[in-house]
Amino acid sequence: MTSLALAQGQIEIKQFVRTRESLVFTLVFPAIILLIFGAIFSGDINGISFKQYFAAGMIASGLMSSGFQNLAIMIPIERDRGVLKRYRSTPMPKWVFFAGKIIQVGVIGFFATAILLVIGMFYGLNPPSSAAKWFTLVWVWALGLTACTLLGIAFSAAARTGRSGPAVVTPIALILQFISGVFFPFTELPHWMQQIAAIFPLKWMCQGMRAAFLPDSFAASEPAGSFELGKVALILGVWCVVGLLASLRFFRWTTKRDG
Amino acid sequence: MTSDLAISVSGLRKSYPDKTAVDGLDLTVARGEIFALLGPNGAGKTTTVEILEGFRTRDAGTVDVLGVDPADAPLSWRTRVGVVLQGTGEFDELKVGEVVRHFARFYPEPADPVSVIEQVGLADKADARTHTLSGGQKRRLDVALGIVNRPELLFLDEPTTGFDPAARREFWELIRGLRESGTTILLTTHYLEEAEELADRVGVIAAGRMLEVATPASLGGRNTASATVTWRAPDGSLGSERTDSPTAVVQRLSAEFGGEVPELVVHRPTLEDVYLKMIGAQS
Repeated sequence: MTSLALAQGQIEIKQFVRTRESLVFTLVFPAIILLIFGAIFSGDINGISFKQYFAAGMIASGLMSSGFQNLAIMIPIERDRGVLKRYRSTPMPKWVFFAGKIIQVGVIGFFATAILLVIGMFYGLNPPSSAAKWFTLVWVWALGLTACTLLGIAFSAAARTGRSGPAVVTPIALILQFISGVFFPFTELPHWMQQIAAIFPLKWMCQGMRAAFLPDSFAASEPAGSFELGKVALILGVWCVVGLLASLRFFRWTTKRDG
Repeated sequence: MTSDLAISVSGLRKSYPDKTAVDGLDLTVARGEIFALLGPNGAGKTTTVEILEGFRTRDAGTVDVLGVDPADAPLSWRTRVGVVLQGTGEFDELKVGEVVRHFARFYPEPADPVSVIEQVGLADKADARTHTLSGGQKRRLDVALGIVNRPELLFLDEPTTGFDPAARREFWELIRGLRESGTTILLTTHYLEEAEELADRVGVIAAGRMLEVATPASLGGRNTASATVTWRAPDGSLGSERTDSPTAVVQRLSAEFGGEVPELVVHRPTLEDVYLKMIGAQS
Protein backbone atom coordinates (compact mmCIF):
# COMPACT_ATOMS: atom_id res chain seq x y z
CA MET A 1 0.00 0.00 0.00
CA THR A 2 2.77 2.44 0.87
CA SER A 3 4.50 1.55 -2.37
CA LEU A 4 1.27 2.32 -4.20
CA ALA A 5 1.15 5.76 -2.59
CA LEU A 6 4.78 6.38 -3.54
CA ALA A 7 4.09 5.31 -7.11
CA GLN A 8 1.10 7.65 -7.18
CA GLY A 9 3.31 10.46 -5.87
CA GLN A 10 5.90 9.70 -8.52
CA ILE A 11 3.38 9.86 -11.35
CA GLU A 12 1.96 13.11 -9.95
CA ILE A 13 5.44 14.66 -9.88
CA LYS A 14 6.14 13.49 -13.43
CA GLN A 15 2.87 15.00 -14.57
CA PHE A 16 3.64 18.28 -12.82
CA VAL A 17 7.18 18.67 -14.10
CA ARG A 18 6.12 17.96 -17.67
CA THR A 19 3.21 20.41 -17.61
CA ARG A 20 4.75 23.73 -18.50
CA GLU A 21 1.82 25.80 -17.19
CA SER A 22 1.98 24.37 -13.67
CA LEU A 23 5.74 24.62 -13.60
CA VAL A 24 5.65 28.25 -14.69
CA PHE A 25 2.80 29.37 -12.44
CA THR A 26 3.85 27.48 -9.34
CA LEU A 27 7.63 27.78 -9.37
CA VAL A 28 8.82 30.28 -11.96
CA PHE A 29 6.23 33.02 -11.44
CA PRO A 30 6.85 33.56 -7.67
CA ALA A 31 10.60 33.55 -8.38
CA ILE A 32 10.23 36.28 -11.01
CA ILE A 33 7.98 38.33 -8.72
CA LEU A 34 10.59 38.11 -5.98
CA LEU A 35 13.35 38.98 -8.43
CA ILE A 36 11.57 42.04 -9.86
CA PHE A 37 9.90 43.48 -6.77
CA GLY A 38 12.97 42.71 -4.69
CA ALA A 39 14.94 44.95 -7.03
CA ILE A 40 12.30 47.69 -6.84
CA PHE A 41 11.42 47.75 -3.15
CA SER A 42 13.56 49.83 -0.84
CA GLY A 43 13.40 51.20 2.67
CA ASP A 44 13.80 49.80 6.16
CA ILE A 45 11.53 48.61 8.91
CA ASN A 46 13.25 48.80 12.29
CA GLY A 47 16.70 48.31 10.78
CA ILE A 48 15.63 45.40 8.54
CA SER A 49 15.51 46.12 4.82
CA PHE A 50 12.04 45.65 3.33
CA LYS A 51 13.64 43.40 0.69
CA GLN A 52 14.26 40.80 3.42
CA TYR A 53 10.76 41.21 4.82
CA PHE A 54 9.35 40.76 1.31
CA ALA A 55 11.49 37.67 0.62
CA ALA A 56 10.20 35.98 3.80
CA GLY A 57 6.65 36.76 2.68
CA MET A 58 7.31 35.37 -0.79
CA ILE A 59 8.53 32.11 0.72
CA ALA A 60 5.16 31.85 2.48
CA SER A 61 3.41 32.74 -0.82
CA GLY A 62 5.42 30.01 -2.57
CA LEU A 63 3.87 27.48 -0.19
CA MET A 64 0.39 28.81 -0.92
CA SER A 65 1.13 28.53 -4.63
CA SER A 66 2.49 24.95 -4.31
CA GLY A 67 -0.40 23.70 -2.20
CA PHE A 68 -3.48 25.79 -2.68
CA GLN A 69 -3.23 27.22 -6.20
CA ASN A 70 -1.64 24.12 -7.70
CA LEU A 71 -4.28 21.69 -6.43
CA ALA A 72 -7.31 23.97 -6.66
CA ILE A 73 -6.47 24.52 -10.35
CA MET A 74 -5.16 21.09 -11.39
CA ILE A 75 -7.75 18.84 -9.74
CA PRO A 76 -10.74 20.36 -11.63
CA ILE A 77 -8.79 19.96 -14.88
CA GLU A 78 -8.14 16.30 -14.09
CA ARG A 79 -11.77 15.86 -13.14
CA ASP A 80 -12.82 17.37 -16.48
CA ARG A 81 -10.45 15.13 -18.37
CA GLY A 82 -11.91 12.01 -16.78
CA VAL A 83 -8.69 11.14 -14.96
CA LEU A 84 -10.32 11.07 -11.53
CA LYS A 85 -13.19 8.91 -12.75
CA ARG A 86 -10.71 6.45 -14.19
CA TYR A 87 -8.95 6.19 -10.83
CA ARG A 88 -12.35 5.57 -9.22
CA SER A 89 -12.95 2.68 -11.61
CA THR A 90 -9.94 0.87 -10.12
CA PRO A 91 -9.62 -0.71 -6.67
CA MET A 92 -7.15 2.03 -5.68
CA PRO A 93 -8.11 3.18 -2.16
CA LYS A 94 -9.15 6.84 -2.23
CA TRP A 95 -6.46 7.89 0.23
CA VAL A 96 -3.76 6.79 -2.22
CA PHE A 97 -4.86 9.50 -4.64
CA PHE A 98 -4.58 12.15 -1.91
CA ALA A 99 -1.28 10.72 -0.70
CA GLY A 100 0.02 11.13 -4.24
CA LYS A 101 -1.05 14.77 -4.27
CA ILE A 102 0.51 15.37 -0.84
CA ILE A 103 3.81 13.85 -1.95
CA GLN A 104 3.73 15.99 -5.09
CA VAL A 105 3.01 19.17 -3.10
CA GLY A 106 5.72 18.34 -0.58
CA VAL A 107 8.36 18.02 -3.29
CA ILE A 108 7.20 21.14 -5.15
CA GLY A 109 6.98 23.08 -1.88
CA PHE A 110 10.55 22.08 -1.03
CA PHE A 111 11.85 23.37 -4.37
CA ALA A 112 9.71 26.51 -4.19
CA THR A 113 11.20 27.36 -0.79
CA ALA A 114 14.73 26.52 -1.90
CA ILE A 115 14.51 28.65 -5.06
CA LEU A 116 12.94 31.62 -3.26
CA LEU A 117 15.48 31.38 -0.43
CA VAL A 118 18.38 31.45 -2.87
CA ILE A 119 16.96 34.50 -4.67
CA GLY A 120 16.14 36.09 -1.31
CA MET A 121 19.76 35.70 -0.26
CA PHE A 122 20.73 38.10 -3.05
CA TYR A 123 18.48 40.61 -1.32
CA GLY A 124 20.09 40.09 2.06
CA LEU A 125 17.86 37.34 3.44
CA ASN A 126 19.88 34.96 5.61
CA PRO A 127 19.09 31.32 6.31
CA PRO A 128 17.79 30.76 9.86
CA SER A 129 20.56 31.74 12.27
CA SER A 130 20.00 29.19 15.03
CA ALA A 131 18.70 25.69 15.61
CA ALA A 132 15.58 27.18 17.18
CA LYS A 133 14.93 29.27 14.08
CA TRP A 134 15.49 26.26 11.81
CA PHE A 135 12.94 24.43 13.92
CA THR A 136 10.51 27.33 13.46
CA LEU A 137 11.08 27.20 9.70
CA VAL A 138 10.42 23.46 9.57
CA TRP A 139 7.17 23.47 11.48
CA VAL A 140 5.75 26.64 9.93
CA TRP A 141 6.65 25.20 6.53
CA ALA A 142 5.04 21.84 7.22
CA LEU A 143 1.94 23.18 8.93
CA GLY A 144 1.42 25.97 6.40
CA LEU A 145 1.88 23.64 3.45
CA THR A 146 -0.50 21.09 4.98
CA ALA A 147 -3.18 23.74 5.48
CA CYS A 148 -2.73 24.98 1.90
CA THR A 149 -2.84 21.42 0.51
CA LEU A 150 -6.03 20.51 2.33
CA LEU A 151 -7.65 23.82 1.39
CA GLY A 152 -6.58 23.31 -2.23
CA ILE A 153 -8.21 19.86 -2.29
CA ALA A 154 -11.35 21.27 -0.68
CA PHE A 155 -11.41 24.24 -3.02
CA SER A 156 -11.12 22.03 -6.10
CA ALA A 157 -14.84 21.45 -5.69
CA ALA A 158 -15.52 25.18 -6.20
CA ALA A 159 -14.50 25.25 -9.87
CA ARG A 160 -17.27 23.72 -11.94
CA THR A 161 -15.05 23.14 -14.94
CA GLY A 162 -11.31 22.85 -15.41
CA ARG A 163 -11.23 26.10 -17.32
CA SER A 164 -12.90 28.12 -14.58
CA GLY A 165 -10.36 27.01 -11.95
CA PRO A 166 -7.76 29.76 -12.43
CA ALA A 167 -10.50 32.44 -12.55
CA VAL A 168 -11.77 31.33 -9.14
CA VAL A 169 -8.43 30.66 -7.48
CA THR A 170 -5.98 33.26 -8.77
CA PRO A 171 -7.84 36.36 -7.48
CA ILE A 172 -8.14 34.82 -4.02
CA ALA A 173 -4.43 34.11 -3.88
CA LEU A 174 -3.54 37.56 -5.17
CA ILE A 175 -5.81 39.43 -2.77
CA LEU A 176 -4.51 37.39 0.16
CA GLN A 177 -0.96 38.31 -0.83
CA PHE A 178 -1.84 42.02 -0.85
CA ILE A 179 -3.64 42.04 2.52
CA SER A 180 -1.38 39.58 4.35
CA GLY A 181 1.80 41.64 4.34
CA VAL A 182 3.65 40.15 1.38
CA PHE A 183 3.91 43.19 -0.89
CA PHE A 184 3.46 45.85 1.82
CA PRO A 185 4.53 45.90 5.46
CA PHE A 186 1.61 44.41 7.35
CA THR A 187 1.63 47.12 10.02
CA GLU A 188 1.17 49.82 7.39
CA LEU A 189 -2.10 48.32 6.13
CA PRO A 190 -5.42 49.79 7.32
CA HIS A 191 -6.57 48.24 10.56
CA TRP A 192 -9.69 46.67 9.06
CA MET A 193 -7.61 45.05 6.33
CA GLN A 194 -5.27 43.59 8.93
CA GLN A 195 -8.25 42.12 10.74
CA ILE A 196 -9.59 40.46 7.61
CA ALA A 197 -6.14 39.09 6.75
CA ALA A 198 -5.80 37.68 10.27
CA ILE A 199 -8.65 35.28 9.54
CA PHE A 200 -6.72 33.58 6.72
CA PRO A 201 -3.62 31.38 6.86
CA LEU A 202 -1.26 33.40 4.66
CA LYS A 203 -0.83 36.25 7.16
CA TRP A 204 0.24 33.74 9.81
CA MET A 205 2.52 31.84 7.45
CA CYS A 206 4.28 35.14 6.59
CA GLN A 207 4.63 35.97 10.25
CA GLY A 208 6.02 32.50 11.00
CA MET A 209 8.51 32.84 8.14
CA ARG A 210 9.65 36.21 9.46
CA ALA A 211 10.20 34.56 12.85
CA ALA A 212 12.42 31.99 11.12
CA PHE A 213 14.38 34.34 8.86
CA LEU A 214 14.51 37.76 10.55
CA PRO A 215 16.41 38.58 13.75
CA ASP A 216 14.56 38.24 17.06
CA SER A 217 14.78 42.00 17.51
CA PHE A 218 12.33 42.39 14.63
CA ALA A 219 9.57 40.90 16.78
CA ALA A 220 9.00 44.37 18.22
CA SER A 221 7.87 45.57 14.77
CA GLU A 222 5.16 42.93 14.45
CA PRO A 223 1.58 44.08 15.15
CA ALA A 224 1.49 42.37 18.56
CA GLY A 225 5.11 43.19 19.41
CA SER A 226 6.01 39.53 19.08
CA PHE A 227 5.99 36.80 16.39
CA GLU A 228 3.09 35.11 18.23
CA LEU A 229 4.30 31.64 17.24
CA GLY A 230 1.72 29.97 19.48
CA LYS A 231 -1.05 31.77 17.63
CA VAL A 232 0.57 30.94 14.25
CA ALA A 233 0.48 27.24 15.15
CA LEU A 234 -3.05 27.44 16.47
CA ILE A 235 -4.56 29.24 13.48
CA LEU A 236 -2.74 27.13 10.88
CA GLY A 237 -3.83 24.05 12.82
CA VAL A 238 -7.45 25.20 12.74
CA TRP A 239 -7.20 25.76 8.96
CA CYS A 240 -5.84 22.23 8.56
CA VAL A 241 -8.93 20.89 10.33
CA VAL A 242 -11.25 23.12 8.29
CA GLY A 243 -9.52 22.03 5.06
CA LEU A 244 -9.75 18.36 5.99
CA LEU A 245 -13.43 18.54 6.91
CA ALA A 246 -14.29 20.57 3.80
CA SER A 247 -12.35 18.10 1.61
CA LEU A 248 -14.23 15.17 3.08
CA ARG A 249 -17.52 16.99 2.62
CA PHE A 250 -17.12 18.59 -0.81
CA PHE A 251 -14.54 16.66 -2.85
CA ARG A 252 -15.97 15.37 -6.13
CA TRP A 253 -14.55 12.65 -8.37
CA THR A 254 -16.98 13.33 -11.18
CA THR A 255 -18.26 16.45 -12.89
CA LYS A 256 -21.75 17.86 -12.25
CA ARG A 257 -23.03 16.67 -15.59
CA ASP A 258 -22.05 13.15 -14.56
CA GLY A 259 -25.03 13.23 -12.19
CA MET B 1 -28.83 -14.74 -7.82
CA THR B 2 -27.71 -17.54 -10.07
CA SER B 3 -24.02 -17.62 -10.77
CA ASP B 4 -24.39 -18.10 -14.53
CA LEU B 5 -25.59 -14.50 -14.77
CA ALA B 6 -22.96 -11.78 -14.85
CA ILE B 7 -25.55 -8.99 -14.74
CA SER B 8 -29.10 -9.05 -13.50
CA VAL B 9 -31.23 -5.91 -13.38
CA SER B 10 -34.92 -5.56 -12.72
CA GLY B 11 -37.20 -2.55 -12.43
CA LEU B 12 -34.30 -0.08 -12.66
CA ARG B 13 -35.35 3.54 -12.35
CA LYS B 14 -33.37 6.76 -12.36
CA SER B 15 -34.72 10.30 -12.63
CA TYR B 16 -32.86 13.57 -12.93
CA PRO B 17 -34.46 16.85 -11.99
CA ASP B 18 -35.41 17.55 -15.59
CA LYS B 19 -36.17 14.06 -16.93
CA THR B 20 -36.62 10.36 -16.29
CA ALA B 21 -33.55 8.67 -17.74
CA VAL B 22 -34.32 5.04 -16.90
CA ASP B 23 -37.90 3.96 -16.44
CA GLY B 24 -38.32 0.39 -15.22
CA LEU B 25 -35.56 -1.36 -17.13
CA ASP B 26 -34.89 -5.11 -16.97
CA LEU B 27 -31.72 -6.75 -18.22
CA THR B 28 -29.83 -9.99 -17.80
CA VAL B 29 -26.45 -10.82 -19.25
CA ALA B 30 -25.10 -14.35 -19.04
CA ARG B 31 -21.47 -15.08 -18.21
CA GLY B 32 -19.32 -15.23 -21.31
CA GLU B 33 -21.90 -13.37 -23.35
CA ILE B 34 -21.42 -10.21 -25.39
CA PHE B 35 -24.49 -8.07 -24.98
CA ALA B 36 -24.99 -4.87 -26.98
CA LEU B 37 -27.26 -2.08 -25.80
CA LEU B 38 -28.66 -0.07 -28.70
CA GLY B 39 -30.71 3.06 -28.53
CA PRO B 40 -30.82 6.69 -29.61
CA ASN B 41 -28.99 9.44 -27.72
CA GLY B 42 -30.69 10.16 -24.43
CA ALA B 43 -32.37 6.74 -24.32
CA GLY B 44 -30.74 5.94 -20.98
CA LYS B 45 -27.88 3.69 -22.13
CA THR B 46 -25.06 5.50 -20.39
CA THR B 47 -27.09 6.12 -17.24
CA THR B 48 -27.86 2.40 -17.07
CA VAL B 49 -24.26 1.39 -17.69
CA GLU B 50 -22.91 3.87 -15.15
CA ILE B 51 -25.32 2.56 -12.51
CA LEU B 52 -24.00 -0.93 -13.23
CA GLU B 53 -20.43 0.41 -12.96
CA GLY B 54 -21.19 1.91 -9.56
CA PHE B 55 -20.73 5.53 -10.67
CA ARG B 56 -24.34 6.61 -10.27
CA THR B 57 -27.03 6.00 -7.72
CA ARG B 58 -30.44 4.62 -8.66
CA ASP B 59 -33.91 5.51 -7.50
CA ALA B 60 -35.44 2.04 -7.62
CA GLY B 61 -34.89 -1.51 -8.80
CA THR B 62 -32.49 -4.32 -8.01
CA VAL B 63 -29.05 -4.52 -9.60
CA ASP B 64 -26.66 -7.43 -9.35
CA VAL B 65 -23.27 -7.33 -11.06
CA LEU B 66 -21.03 -10.36 -10.50
CA GLY B 67 -23.05 -11.17 -7.39
CA VAL B 68 -22.63 -7.69 -5.90
CA ASP B 69 -24.80 -4.59 -5.74
CA PRO B 70 -22.60 -1.91 -7.36
CA ALA B 71 -24.12 0.78 -5.11
CA ASP B 72 -22.20 -0.62 -2.15
CA ALA B 73 -19.56 -2.76 -3.79
CA PRO B 74 -16.27 -3.30 -1.96
CA LEU B 75 -13.09 -2.09 -3.68
CA SER B 76 -12.16 -5.71 -4.41
CA TRP B 77 -15.17 -5.89 -6.78
CA ARG B 78 -13.38 -3.40 -9.01
CA THR B 79 -10.56 -5.87 -9.60
CA ARG B 80 -13.11 -8.08 -11.41
CA VAL B 81 -14.72 -5.36 -13.50
CA GLY B 82 -13.21 -3.45 -16.41
CA VAL B 83 -14.61 -0.08 -17.38
CA VAL B 84 -14.27 1.87 -20.62
CA LEU B 85 -16.18 5.08 -20.03
CA GLN B 86 -17.93 7.05 -22.73
CA GLY B 87 -15.62 10.06 -22.64
CA THR B 88 -11.95 9.78 -23.43
CA GLY B 89 -9.52 9.98 -20.52
CA GLU B 90 -6.85 12.65 -20.99
CA PHE B 91 -3.62 11.86 -19.22
CA ASP B 92 -1.92 14.71 -20.95
CA GLU B 93 1.83 14.69 -20.38
CA LEU B 94 2.15 11.07 -19.25
CA LYS B 95 3.32 8.43 -21.69
CA VAL B 96 1.10 5.56 -22.84
CA GLY B 97 3.39 2.99 -21.22
CA GLU B 98 3.53 4.94 -17.96
CA VAL B 99 -0.24 5.19 -17.68
CA VAL B 100 -0.86 1.49 -18.40
CA ARG B 101 1.94 0.37 -16.06
CA HIS B 102 0.61 2.68 -13.36
CA PHE B 103 -2.94 1.37 -13.61
CA ALA B 104 -1.68 -2.22 -13.61
CA ARG B 105 -0.27 -1.55 -10.14
CA PHE B 106 -3.75 -1.14 -8.71
CA TYR B 107 -4.63 -4.79 -9.34
CA PRO B 108 -3.44 -7.97 -7.62
CA GLU B 109 -3.06 -10.01 -10.82
CA PRO B 110 -2.81 -7.62 -13.75
CA ALA B 111 -2.05 -8.53 -17.33
CA ASP B 112 1.42 -7.68 -18.62
CA PRO B 113 1.24 -3.98 -19.54
CA VAL B 114 3.47 -4.48 -22.58
CA SER B 115 1.20 -7.14 -24.05
CA VAL B 116 -1.93 -5.11 -23.26
CA ILE B 117 -0.48 -2.15 -25.14
CA GLU B 118 0.27 -4.47 -28.03
CA GLN B 119 -3.20 -6.00 -27.87
CA VAL B 120 -4.87 -2.60 -28.33
CA GLY B 121 -2.49 -1.72 -31.15
CA LEU B 122 -0.49 1.01 -29.44
CA ALA B 123 2.88 -0.80 -29.37
CA ASP B 124 4.57 1.86 -31.49
CA LYS B 125 3.05 4.60 -29.32
CA ALA B 126 4.13 3.20 -25.96
CA ASP B 127 6.61 6.03 -25.42
CA ALA B 128 4.38 8.77 -26.81
CA ARG B 129 2.88 11.39 -24.52
CA THR B 130 -0.84 10.74 -24.39
CA HIS B 131 -1.80 14.24 -25.56
CA THR B 132 -0.10 13.51 -28.88
CA LEU B 133 -2.41 10.56 -29.61
CA SER B 134 -5.25 10.79 -32.11
CA GLY B 135 -8.85 10.42 -30.89
CA GLY B 136 -8.96 6.76 -31.87
CA GLN B 137 -5.60 6.07 -30.21
CA LYS B 138 -6.75 7.72 -26.97
CA ARG B 139 -9.78 5.46 -27.08
CA ARG B 140 -7.50 2.43 -27.40
CA LEU B 141 -5.64 3.60 -24.33
CA ASP B 142 -8.99 3.69 -22.52
CA VAL B 143 -9.58 0.11 -23.61
CA ALA B 144 -6.10 -0.86 -22.41
CA LEU B 145 -6.94 0.54 -18.96
CA GLY B 146 -10.24 -1.35 -19.05
CA ILE B 147 -8.61 -4.74 -19.69
CA VAL B 148 -5.30 -4.42 -17.83
CA ASN B 149 -6.91 -6.09 -14.80
CA ARG B 150 -8.06 -9.07 -16.90
CA PRO B 151 -11.69 -8.43 -15.91
CA GLU B 152 -14.41 -11.06 -15.72
CA LEU B 153 -16.82 -8.41 -16.96
CA LEU B 154 -15.98 -5.52 -19.26
CA PHE B 155 -18.17 -2.45 -19.81
CA LEU B 156 -17.62 -0.68 -23.13
CA ASP B 157 -19.56 2.56 -23.52
CA GLU B 158 -19.43 3.55 -27.21
CA PRO B 159 -15.88 2.24 -27.53
CA THR B 160 -15.30 2.84 -31.24
CA THR B 161 -16.61 6.40 -31.65
CA GLY B 162 -14.06 8.23 -33.78
CA PHE B 163 -12.44 5.08 -35.21
CA ASP B 164 -11.79 4.76 -38.91
CA PRO B 165 -13.19 1.58 -40.51
CA ALA B 166 -9.88 -0.28 -40.39
CA ALA B 167 -9.35 0.58 -36.71
CA ARG B 168 -12.90 -0.54 -35.97
CA ARG B 169 -12.25 -3.92 -37.51
CA GLU B 170 -9.04 -4.32 -35.52
CA PHE B 171 -10.99 -3.44 -32.41
CA TRP B 172 -13.59 -6.10 -33.17
CA GLU B 173 -10.80 -8.66 -33.38
CA LEU B 174 -9.63 -7.56 -29.94
CA ILE B 175 -13.14 -8.00 -28.53
CA ARG B 176 -13.49 -11.45 -30.11
CA GLY B 177 -10.21 -12.38 -28.49
CA LEU B 178 -11.55 -11.31 -25.11
CA ARG B 179 -14.69 -13.34 -25.67
CA GLU B 180 -12.59 -16.41 -26.39
CA SER B 181 -10.84 -15.94 -23.06
CA GLY B 182 -14.26 -15.95 -21.36
CA THR B 183 -14.77 -12.25 -20.68
CA THR B 184 -18.37 -11.11 -20.40
CA ILE B 185 -18.92 -7.84 -22.25
CA LEU B 186 -21.66 -5.23 -22.04
CA LEU B 187 -21.33 -2.88 -24.97
CA THR B 188 -23.23 0.23 -25.96
CA THR B 189 -22.90 1.41 -29.52
CA HIS B 190 -24.45 3.52 -32.24
CA TYR B 191 -23.01 1.28 -34.93
CA LEU B 192 -25.48 -1.46 -35.77
CA GLU B 193 -22.84 -3.21 -37.83
CA GLU B 194 -20.76 -3.40 -34.67
CA ALA B 195 -23.60 -4.94 -32.68
CA GLU B 196 -24.24 -7.43 -35.47
CA GLU B 197 -20.55 -8.40 -35.71
CA LEU B 198 -19.93 -8.80 -31.99
CA ALA B 199 -23.06 -9.34 -29.96
CA ASP B 200 -24.65 -12.61 -28.98
CA ARG B 201 -27.74 -10.64 -28.03
CA VAL B 202 -28.82 -7.06 -28.47
CA GLY B 203 -31.24 -5.00 -26.41
CA VAL B 204 -32.93 -1.91 -27.79
CA ILE B 205 -33.57 0.89 -25.29
CA ALA B 206 -35.78 3.90 -25.92
CA ALA B 207 -37.03 6.42 -23.35
CA GLY B 208 -35.47 4.43 -20.52
CA ARG B 209 -37.25 1.18 -21.32
CA MET B 210 -36.10 -2.06 -22.92
CA LEU B 211 -38.14 -2.51 -26.09
CA GLU B 212 -36.80 -5.87 -27.13
CA VAL B 213 -33.97 -8.28 -26.46
CA ALA B 214 -33.04 -10.74 -29.18
CA THR B 215 -30.14 -12.11 -31.21
CA PRO B 216 -29.01 -9.67 -33.89
CA ALA B 217 -30.38 -12.02 -36.55
CA SER B 218 -33.85 -12.25 -35.06
CA LEU B 219 -34.42 -8.73 -33.70
CA GLY B 220 -37.80 -7.36 -34.69
CA GLY B 221 -38.71 -10.63 -36.40
CA ARG B 222 -35.99 -10.04 -38.97
CA ASN B 223 -35.39 -13.74 -39.56
CA THR B 224 -39.01 -14.43 -40.45
CA ALA B 225 -39.82 -11.15 -42.18
CA SER B 226 -40.69 -11.13 -45.87
CA ALA B 227 -37.79 -10.94 -48.25
CA THR B 228 -37.59 -8.91 -51.41
CA VAL B 229 -36.15 -10.56 -54.51
CA THR B 230 -35.01 -8.28 -57.34
CA TRP B 231 -33.53 -9.09 -60.74
CA ARG B 232 -33.03 -7.61 -64.23
CA ALA B 233 -35.81 -8.71 -66.60
CA PRO B 234 -35.05 -9.55 -70.27
CA ASP B 235 -36.72 -6.28 -71.41
CA GLY B 236 -34.18 -4.32 -69.29
CA SER B 237 -36.62 -3.35 -66.54
CA LEU B 238 -36.07 -4.19 -62.86
CA GLY B 239 -38.20 -7.05 -61.56
CA SER B 240 -39.12 -7.19 -57.90
CA GLU B 241 -41.17 -9.53 -55.74
CA ARG B 242 -41.92 -9.52 -52.02
CA THR B 243 -42.22 -13.03 -50.67
CA ASP B 244 -42.14 -15.26 -47.61
CA SER B 245 -40.48 -18.04 -49.62
CA PRO B 246 -37.59 -16.43 -51.52
CA THR B 247 -35.92 -19.75 -52.30
CA ALA B 248 -38.91 -20.85 -54.32
CA VAL B 249 -38.94 -17.52 -56.20
CA VAL B 250 -35.25 -17.85 -57.02
CA GLN B 251 -35.77 -21.45 -58.26
CA ARG B 252 -38.62 -20.28 -60.50
CA LEU B 253 -36.54 -17.39 -61.88
CA SER B 254 -33.57 -19.67 -62.43
CA ALA B 255 -35.80 -22.00 -64.46
CA GLU B 256 -37.18 -19.06 -66.47
CA PHE B 257 -33.71 -17.69 -67.27
CA GLY B 258 -32.29 -21.18 -67.80
CA GLY B 259 -29.52 -20.73 -65.16
CA GLU B 260 -28.08 -17.47 -63.91
CA VAL B 261 -30.52 -14.73 -62.93
CA PRO B 262 -29.10 -11.31 -63.94
CA GLU B 263 -28.41 -8.93 -61.02
CA LEU B 264 -30.14 -11.22 -58.51
CA VAL B 265 -30.55 -9.76 -54.98
CA VAL B 266 -32.42 -11.30 -52.07
CA HIS B 267 -32.91 -8.59 -49.51
CA ARG B 268 -34.09 -9.10 -45.92
CA PRO B 269 -34.53 -6.20 -43.49
CA THR B 270 -31.13 -5.21 -42.09
CA LEU B 271 -30.58 -4.74 -38.38
CA GLU B 272 -30.64 -1.04 -39.12
CA ASP B 273 -34.04 -1.33 -40.85
CA VAL B 274 -35.67 -3.07 -37.90
CA TYR B 275 -33.90 -0.87 -35.36
CA LEU B 276 -35.02 2.36 -37.03
CA LYS B 277 -38.53 1.00 -37.29
CA MET B 278 -38.55 0.10 -33.59
CA ILE B 279 -37.30 3.44 -32.30
CA GLY B 280 -39.36 5.27 -34.92
CA ALA B 281 -42.51 3.64 -33.54
CA GLN B 282 -41.50 4.94 -30.13
CA SER B 283 -41.19 8.60 -30.93
